[in-house]
Amino acid sequence: MSNNASINGGVGSGISHDSTKKHANGTAVYVDDIRVPENALHLYAFPSPHAHAEITAMDLSEVESADGVALVLTADDITGMNDVSPTHSGDDPLLADGKVMFQGQAIFAVAADSLNQARAAAQLAKISFKPLPAILSINEALAQDSFVFTPQVMAQGDAEGELKNAKNTLSGKLNIGGQDHFYLEGQASLVIPQEDGDVLVHCSTQHPSEVQTHVAQVLGVERNAVTVEVRRMGGGFGGKETQASPWAALAAMTAQKTGRPAKMRLVRDDDMIMTGKRHPFQISYEVGFDDAGIVTALDMTLVSDCGHSLDLSRAINDRALFHADNCYYIPNMRVTGLKCRTNKVSNTAFRGFGAPQGMMAIEEVMDQVAQKLGKDPLAVRQANLYNASNNTTHYGMVVEDNVAPEIIAQLKTASNYDKRRAEIEEFNANNEFVKKGIALTPLKFGISFTTKFLNQAGALIHIYADGSVQLNHGGTEMGQGLFTKVAQIVANTLNIDLEHIKITATNTGKVPNTSPTAASSGTDMNGMAAKLAAEKLIDRLRQFAIEHYGVAEGDVKFLPNRVKVGKQTFSFKEFVNAAYMERIQLSATGFYATPKINFDPETGKGRPFLYFSYGASVSEVEVDTLTGEAEVVRVDILHDVGRSLNPTIDLGQIEGGFIQGVGWLTNEELFWNDDGALATHAPSTYKIPTMGDRPDIFNITLFDNENMEDTVYKSKAVGEPPFMLAISTYRAIWQVTKGNLDAPATPEAILKACGEPS
Amino acid sequence: MANNVSLSVNGKSVSASVEANVLLVDFLRDNLGLTGTNIACDTSQCGSCTLLLDGLPVKSCSLLVVQADGCDVITIEGLASETVLHPMQQAFQDNHGLQCGFCTPGMVMAGIGMVERRRAAGSGLPSDEEIRSALEGNICRCTGYHNIVKSVAQGAKTMLQGEG
Ligand code: FES
Ligand code: FES
Repeated sequence: MSNNASINGGVGSGISHDSTKKHANGTAVYVDDIRVPENALHLYAFPSPHAHAEITAMDLSEVESADGVALVLTADDITGMNDVSPTHSGDDPLLADGKVMFQGQAIFAVAADSLNQARAAAQLAKISFKPLPAILSINEALAQDSFVFTPQVMAQGDAEGELKNAKNTLSGKLNIGGQDHFYLEGQASLVIPQEDGDVLVHCSTQHPSEVQTHVAQVLGVERNAVTVEVRRMGGGFGGKETQASPWAALAAMTAQKTGRPAKMRLVRDDDMIMTGKRHPFQISYEVGFDDAGIVTALDMTLVSDCGHSLDLSRAINDRALFHADNCYYIPNMRVTGLKCRTNKVSNTAFRGFGAPQGMMAIEEVMDQVAQKLGKDPLAVRQANLYNASNNTTHYGMVVEDNVAPEIIAQLKTASNYDKRRAEIEEFNANNEFVKKGIALTPLKFGISFTTKFLNQAGALIHIYADGSVQLNHGGTEMGQGLFTKVAQIVANTLNIDLEHIKITATNTGKVPNTSPTAASSGTDMNGMAAKLAAEKLIDRLRQFAIEHYGVAEGDVKFLPNRVKVGKQTFSFKEFVNAAYMERIQLSATGFYATPKINFDPETGKGRPFLYFSYGASVSEVEVDTLTGEAEVVRVDILHDVGRSLNPTIDLGQIEGGFIQGVGWLTNEELFWNDDGALATHAPSTYKIPTMGDRPDIFNITLFDNENMEDTVYKSKAVGEPPFMLAISTYRAIWQVTKGNLDAPATPEAILKACGEPS
Repeated sequence: MANNVSLSVNGKSVSASVEANVLLVDFLRDNLGLTGTNIACDTSQCGSCTLLLDGLPVKSCSLLVVQADGCDVITIEGLASETVLHPMQQAFQDNHGLQCGFCTPGMVMAGIGMVERRRAAGSGLPSDEEIRSALEGNICRCTGYHNIVKSVAQGAKTMLQGEG
């Protein structure tokens, strides 16, 4: 419906996302829903039963001759390179070659007429292993100097010297567990063979260009022979950034060798066993502080369990270091990152990308300091915040957009923190077994990929002669609402109703060399690229009007759904058609490269981020110290998204991110047994938050702010930061146990921390 | 061994000869092309594949087609007319009750199942608490469930009391 006053669905409108109706009536198509041709093959990959072993013999003849089997793939069948490492480190074989590095590693794959046949056939394999000693924990890795990369240090001042001079010191350790992504839609790829041996890959991935690269590499062809398309994912959270390639590559090999379409979908247990997760971390620190609780010196080591290969672990551990200050100025700080190689599945990107573990570390320090001094933990936090004069981070970036102090102050008042804290103290004094805790934690999250070249994005916009628009860009949709936000941006820029803008699937054939939809940067980068493309079109159309109608530049106005040229007013459609008849090009690309950023790993200094997103949360918990059960009773959140492009979508991201973070810190426990087998590989044993886990009182407010950097419509990224708001929940539980609490704070961990009742 | 089954799917009668080990969800998706019912956990623990079997919500990833012989199956595709969404579907659209949408069909079906049970028992509108406990078996990884509960509440209200 056209409207003269304003357009429908522009920037700032809180519309639900574009596919909502299709999700509600079941017509939204995921990879697994694409109709496969009758002759399609289905793949199953056989997982290693050992964490570390040599393969001494392998007889797959019975697998090959089993019912329905068309093809069996081993490392020897790879015509290109047997590697799907995202950073080309060469340590991520697609199929094991001579040895296995973790329990669950794919050894061979079977393609059959049905998945059941493929799976049944795989069990007929005769493989002999010679088990090797396996490294299954961070401590074992440290003891054996087993690392995937060199250490990174970031430092300012003189931490060592000032620790000696400090009035008070304390030291401690904290273990933080990993997390399975548990995207509801598991990994899935469908490959359709094309002419000339080319392949079309439908893949549930956050990184189509990387899937394209890996498929081409494995097949031994140029990238131009591989097209990857993704319309939507059923969740990603980082788990479909590097973890989507292997399955696409196996299906592509099958398609190439048989000429038949090939599909690979991991069933849940295999998905959990065979794909990487959030990194477990071990933190150790020594902190110096004065009597007011001001931290004067901090020396901290963040050790991550990377699993068997490098994957993205370098950048993830770096991001942990970048966030080990959170919102606090620490004049003498040294933080060291160690990346352990263990015989487990290779850990990977997951919402926050190391930052949550870095923030957990410093928040632990803040509470320890407060406890030691007997001060309100919030007062200690506030006393240490960055401010106008103390604003340089340990990696040399100046914090220019700091709103943490205001956010904390506002939230403290709005949530009645002081009063509730006093009430809780009284409650605890009067109750022996049930105790309450409250905590407020802030967050500051750096936005940009710390790997500089990834900070680029492209978009492609066509205006058809009837005034309708087709939009494409390198970002992928996983439920976060990116496609809708970018379409809103284009609607605004062209000044036409959103309904005329058709959102199309991400496709490597349309926009090439794209970066993953990750680091929360999807809207910042793709939205900006699309805006630039739309502006090019507007410029061209304006030039056309000036020349064709002989008017001055100022006489051409793009009004909502119409264009005013001198005294004449055309509908957008009429105007575009007139431009088409005069042979004006109505298609444009846009390209954006994030400005200002740089970082030198050698010196550990630079400006890795364009800006920071901020937020804070207050959690109140009730803990039964006899059972270890904790309940989150109330949560208040104040979060900074700059000028919101879409408040409905942003609030959804904040709420969902927070709850996912609470899952990580309270009930999602990954458990590996002594043989290195993941015991928690299904929702029966791995518990993500369910409907009943939501706090009774849950207030979320957007902080009134605009991005001081020149981002798209002054917005800020929202994908990852809210995840870290959940740290307040963990800290509130810690307020009850007063220490000794590893994460996740499961009832078992809480009970352990509470000790025997006296 | 193949078995002859006949069942009603979204009001249409379907007869087929299927192996004894074929799951209902696979039959619907692969044989009938009804891909709105999603598979997420494969083992009856997430609720994504929920549909109505003789009016009751069941998880179709752990039900064999032969067990559904003679039954009346309604899937997410069977709720809406050409133009109008079912009130429960409409509620999810109105309340942004989803993000990636993968859990949505299961949530909608479980929501309807709950309302129908309440209608039969004459127990009136569900409280948020009751919605949470009725849909505890349906998991969502994207949202914090808030808008899902809101959606189900609106859907229940429209179903039980009509539009007004
Ligand atoms: S797929 Fe059926 S309950 Fe999860
Ligand atoms: S919306 Fe993604 S799982 Fe529920």
